[in-house]
Amino acid sequence: MSSTQIGWAGLGASLILVVVAIALSTWQQLRLTRSIAWASARAAVQLLLVGFALRLVLDEKASVWWAWLWVAVMILFSALTIRSRAREVPGIFVLGLVSMLTVVIVSLSVIFGFQVFPMEGRTIVPLAGMMIGNSMTSCVLVGRRIVGEISDKRDEVEARLALGSSWQDASRPYVRSALRTALVPQIESTKAVGLVFLPGAMTGLVLAGVDAVDAVTIQLAIMYLVLGSVATSVTVMGLGLTRRMFTPDHRLRPIARASH
Amino acid sequence: MVPLIFDRVSFALPDGTELLHSVAFSVGSGAVTVLAGPSGAGKSTLLRLGNRLEVPSGGVVRLQGVDIATVDPLQLRRRVGMVFQRPTPFAGTISENLAAASPATSIELRQDMLQRVGLDPQMIDRIADDLSGGEAQRMCIARTLLTEPEVILMDEPTSSLDPENRRGIEHLVRELAEGGASILWVSHDLAQVERIADEVVVLLDGRNASTANAEAFLRSGDGGGSL
Repeated sequence: MSSTQIGWAGLGASLILVVVAIALSTWQQLRLTRSIAWASARAAVQLLLVGFALRLVLDEKASVWWAWLWVAVMILFSALTIRSRAREVPGIFVLGLVSMLTVVIVSLSVIFGFQVFPMEGRTIVPLAGMMIGNSMTSCVLVGRRIVGEISDKRDEVEARLALGSSWQDASRPYVRSALRTALVPQIESTKAVGLVFLPGAMTGLVLAGVDAVDAVTIQLAIMYLVLGSVATSVTVMGLGLTRRMFTPDHRLRPIARASH
Repeated sequence: MVPLIFDRVSFALPDGTELLHSVAFSVGSGAVTVLAGPSGAGKSTLLRLGNRLEVPSGGVVRLQGVDIATVDPLQLRRRVGMVFQRPTPFAGTISENLAAASPATSIELRQDMLQRVGLDPQMIDRIADDLSGGEAQRMCIARTLLTEPEVILMDEPTSSLDPENRRGIEHLVRELAEGGASILWVSHDLAQVERIADEVVVLLDGRNASTANAEAFLRSGDGGGSL
């Protein structure tokens, strides 16, 4: 296997493409020059910091607990991000924490329990990152969708409650619709993979010199992991959130409307 | 026994704003009791206390003499049915809508119920969202009746309907009352009060203003002004 290292000079050369983006923005008067420059610089600083920190965490001599600590911080930041993107959803921070924790426990138990990957710092951190990153977006989507559906259909939900339905039965059609909306994009991207685009992990492995078929098997395992993680997180978030929207005696609580 | 009693019932929002203050009246058996009053008087809130879609901050609501706070809410809501201001058809066919109220009922029973509320039984497989406002509200009444309620709460059920459909629903409700149903109907339309009410309870600013039989109410000064 040949190793691919681009070095600082390679990284500098790749900046030519950022210059191209800035030139296009200037030519078309998009007024995005500063945004492009800021985004590129910020990405460089963030990723380099992460890279140096990861080097310490993933060092073969470092304790695996550092990797788990890293995962805990990722879970916390993902819950904060979910809250910042869906402030109108009641209790979203705690639900986000519980969803991500469930995802990490369930998915990593399967991955390491069946020894799909060895349990080491270099596998724990990137796998957890991929699961949490994908699940986070879907959790925001399902949270906003459930609050939107149930507040838009409040009359219908209350009409179902007034017929003697439990909150679970009264909310089921709307929760189901929200869960489908959150899961379908993940299913679609799983179907289109390889035909339309080559996923990031596989691209990275091929660039790093790994055999294409080996890269594909790793990528497939990761994709199944992500699909399962998104389904788990969306379900935990969806059911937990719906539970919070009703009282124990099956009344629909007042819902604050989104301010966006 | 009086089917439904509101015994000095109060209701406050979480911020402490009191919407209802010590309201007391009863819903007569086999009669239409109209809860009248201007918009914002607290009529709909009071109605929602009758089947525990809201919970009072003070006082007691009794069904057949029993405090409804002690009754399982799911059972209570089948005994105290509710028809909302706007029709609330669920996605699916009329038959599926009726099944939401009572899944075990046969198609024949569902068709009988449609006939009872003045709808063509052959409509049973039509999509509920395609119904006109009047048809949809009749279907919602049929859906509520399938739970065999002892009391029916109706929150201005004709306010979104044209005059012909309004009269049709009023006629249906009178028939239900004459058949023994106990009905609490919210309205702010005096002409409607005259057409359908046996008893009238007037609510102003969340308090009882008066309680009377309909004839006495309409003869009195209360019935002469607008609500």
